[in-house]
Amino acid sequence: MTQAVSRRGVLAGAGALIVAFGLSRAHAQTETGTGGGPLKHGLPGSLDDTPNIDAWIRVDASGAVTILTGKAELGQGLKTALLQVAAEELKVPLVRLSLVTADTARTANEGYTAASHSMQDSGTAIRHAAAQAREILVGEAARRLGVAATSLQVRNGEVFGPNRMRLGYGELVRDQLLSVEAKPTSRLTAPADCTVLNQPVPRIDIPAKVTGRSAYVQDLRPEGMLHGRVVRPPSYGATLRDCDIAQVERMSGIVKVVRDGNFLGVLADREWTAVQGMRTLAATTIWIEQQALPDSADLPAALMKLPSHDTTIHDTGSPGKPGILVEGTFSRPYLTHGSIGPSCAIAQFQDGKLTVWTHTQGVFFLRDAIAGMLRMPTENVRCIHAEGAGCYGHNGADDAAADAAMLAFATPGRPVRVQLMREQEHAWDPFGPGMVVKLRATVGADGMIADWHHEVWSQSHMMRPGPPGTLIAARLKSDAFPAAPPVALAQPEGGGDRNAIPLYAIPNSKVINHFLPDMPLRGSSMRSLGGYLNVLSIESVMDELAVRSGQDPVSFRLRHIEDPRARDVIETAASHFGWAARVKSSDSTGFGFGFARYKNLEAWCAVAVEIEVQRQSGVVQVRRVVAAVDTGQIVNPDGIRNQIEGGILQSMSWTLFERVTFDRTRVTSIDWSGYPIMRFDSVPGSVEVHLVDRPGDAFYGVAEAAQGPSAAAIANAIRDAAGVRMGGLPFTATRIKSAIGL
Amino acid sequence: MITLTVNGESRSIKASPDTPLLYVLRDELGLNAAKYGCGLGQCGACTVIVDGKAIFSCITPVMVLEGRTITTLEGLGNPDAPGPMQRAFIAEQAAQCGYCIPGMMMRAQALLNRNPHASDEAIRSELQPHLCRCGTHMRILRAIRRAADEMRPKTANARSER
Repeated sequence: MTQAVSRRGVLAGAGALIVAFGLSRAHAQTETGTGGGPLKHGLPGSLDDTPNIDAWIRVDASGAVTILTGKAELGQGLKTALLQVAAEELKVPLVRLSLVTADTARTANEGYTAASHSMQDSGTAIRHAAAQAREILVGEAARRLGVAATSLQVRNGEVFGPNRMRLGYGELVRDQLLSVEAKPTSRLTAPADCTVLNQPVPRIDIPAKVTGRSAYVQDLRPEGMLHGRVVRPPSYGATLRDCDIAQVERMSGIVKVVRDGNFLGVLADREWTAVQGMRTLAATTIWIEQQALPDSADLPAALMKLPSHDTTIHDTGSPGKPGILVEGTFSRPYLTHGSIGPSCAIAQFQDGKLTVWTHTQGVFFLRDAIAGMLRMPTENVRCIHAEGAGCYGHNGADDAAADAAMLAFATPGRPVRVQLMREQEHAWDPFGPGMVVKLRATVGADGMIADWHHEVWSQSHMMRPGPPGTLIAARLKSDAFPAAPPVALAQPEGGGDRNAIPLYAIPNSKVINHFLPDMPLRGSSMRSLGGYLNVLSIESVMDELAVRSGQDPVSFRLRHIEDPRARDVIETAASHFGWAARVKSSDSTGFGFGFARYKNLEAWCAVAVEIEVQRQSGVVQVRRVVAAVDTGQIVNPDGIRNQIEGGILQSMSWTLFERVTFDRTRVTSIDWSGYPIMRFDSVPGSVEVHLVDRPGDAFYGVAEAAQGPSAAAIANAIRDAAGVRMGGLPFTATRIKSAIGL
Repeated sequence: MITLTVNGESRSIKASPDTPLLYVLRDELGLNAAKYGCGLGQCGACTVIVDGKAIFSCITPVMVLEGRTITTLEGLGNPDAPGPMQRAFIAEQAAQCGYCIPGMMMRAQALLNRNPHASDEAIRSELQPHLCRCGTHMRILRAIRRAADEMRPKTANARSER
């Protein structure tokens, strides 16, 4: 235990870690950084925080309509979906709308674009704001025309009255017309009248992306831009003893070398010169490192030995009911977000003001963190979202922004572009944390689950900016900021314990969350947080209970779930898959099923797979995948399919291949050879996604819904094919072969 | 000074001869499609076509490219007049973040240029050097299949081979 406690120092470097973990504060913290308390205005979605209609919808005298959102496009299709919502309610063609995304100077503060909350937060706000704006414009037209509003019709951004009277939105707006607070209820377009909602509108961002037009922050080249590169320490907490700055400054094309404590950066007119300067500088550095990482040979044991805050998050009936016992230990290693594009940002410091173009998920929180780091007034820092490569959570985006800010601060007036190198993105990523679940359950003589006991161990999944100490640069500079305190995300959304409470009806069940304040490796939010491992664990045990009690796994689930929407997606996936009539084509074939409702609050998703396991090698080939999903009111069916297909394949990659490796000092999986992910030879033969349509319903977050069920379906198919129950992720060919024991 | 032929145009390059093509394309010629992904030839995001073959521009210094024909994604069309490969990716909505996509499109283009009848298996196998993190693989495969069908010469002979 003493050794475990000493690891608190790992991320703290020379300073002490401030452990400010407190339960009352933890309960106020949400993954989006907003909400979590009582309603302020009683308004839907993010309108509750930002109630003015013109914070979301602006119409100018020419009739041009601008939609504003505090959320960001991350490659998930957000821009198109939000424009669909706005176009539907405003009755303006989508192509005539323009959109402004997260910008601290222009848009509402909607916290982080995270937790699959964007449609319910921003989509709901924009939908209601647009509907109310339309009604206000119609009311104004009625007043001017001297007719009843009910006699007016709206289409194509114009209001039509009797006797060919018509007024465009541009003619109707006058100062402050839309500068009013939204009301709690809106006249929303009925599902049957929708023409844009629930349509597969093509993504507005794809044409530029597939023709090489400027589409990413990486593509911005403001006049006078310098290229920056940073030299990162070789390991957490390493301190710089020496380096030869003069040698690098003598290189042709190098503009400046910046050292501030343990922070090192190089500025050059050309990017390749900056890369060469970075490499030269790195070669001159001498670092003092510490052996502070856990023993990677048995990570689950190392994690379970750490001090923990234990909370019983679910407790029903009385434990210990007898029956056929199934016990399992499930663990996942640290996983990296693995953006294909290393993080990038551009910053410019001019006249005492700093502007940062960044692919952060939270411009407002990043602004606060950077202002804190540079000891600048918050109002002098502006963060503007610009797209990067997909991030899947809190990756290096914020760190690259802080690096660019540090270098821009050192060269006032010049815009500075920083892109991380592959090895920096891989080694310094705020990883999806390593985790352990221990689960034991019994199934009684009646074939029903008698007893259920789930325990989960995890560090924080929420170390995003806000505090400057979440930024690498702020931890490295000479006036270093303390490491940010560990943040526990509370139920019902949860962090490490996300989805740990089974959705199934089980009379006697107990779920314990062991929150680990220590952070052996740097970690934060990664798609679905603890939901991935908790669902894998629950669904593996469900499958095992069914098998051991001689029941069909799908029927067994249906016997234990009453929620009709859960039943619908389970039955939809099973029937499209042909589950009941499934026949193995060989003795290496396996079928597997997985289900979850994301966070027990968002979209419902079921996944069925057919795989082949080559018993001699342990290699898994996924033949086909059939998924069903219920996400409430569908905005863009093709967008949902794209997200679910992507979630399935990404989850399969995590499940079969991925693991951050490290020795006692350094992270060692620093490129794609050390951290293999799915390549085309492992891509499934086919993937089908079926949507359950719920017209008129609310939006339920969908983008992370496939992560847990897909992993569970694979695990259960491996069990079906090879007779082995895998628990320690990743399920590599070597591990499967070893479990089969041939 | 090195002269490169990029998308049919001759361009004089100021960068030093050891500079990888990727940085010249992006920073000197303002061509955005080829992306920095790893700098190691492991992910394929930087892929362009040189003399008909897909190459990793992040590890190919410009000094070896004088007099050779370089094609980037910009050479296949533009948003107003997209080429067949680009139309296919738009039609299949084959992107999420899209960062890896241009590299995939260039390798697929090179494959179809030399073998318009490439099988689904050949397409999968050809794409092995490329990584996609969003999990868009199924759509990428569908888009390349669509592009192949559209690009194939529409002769009776070609049709009979399908």
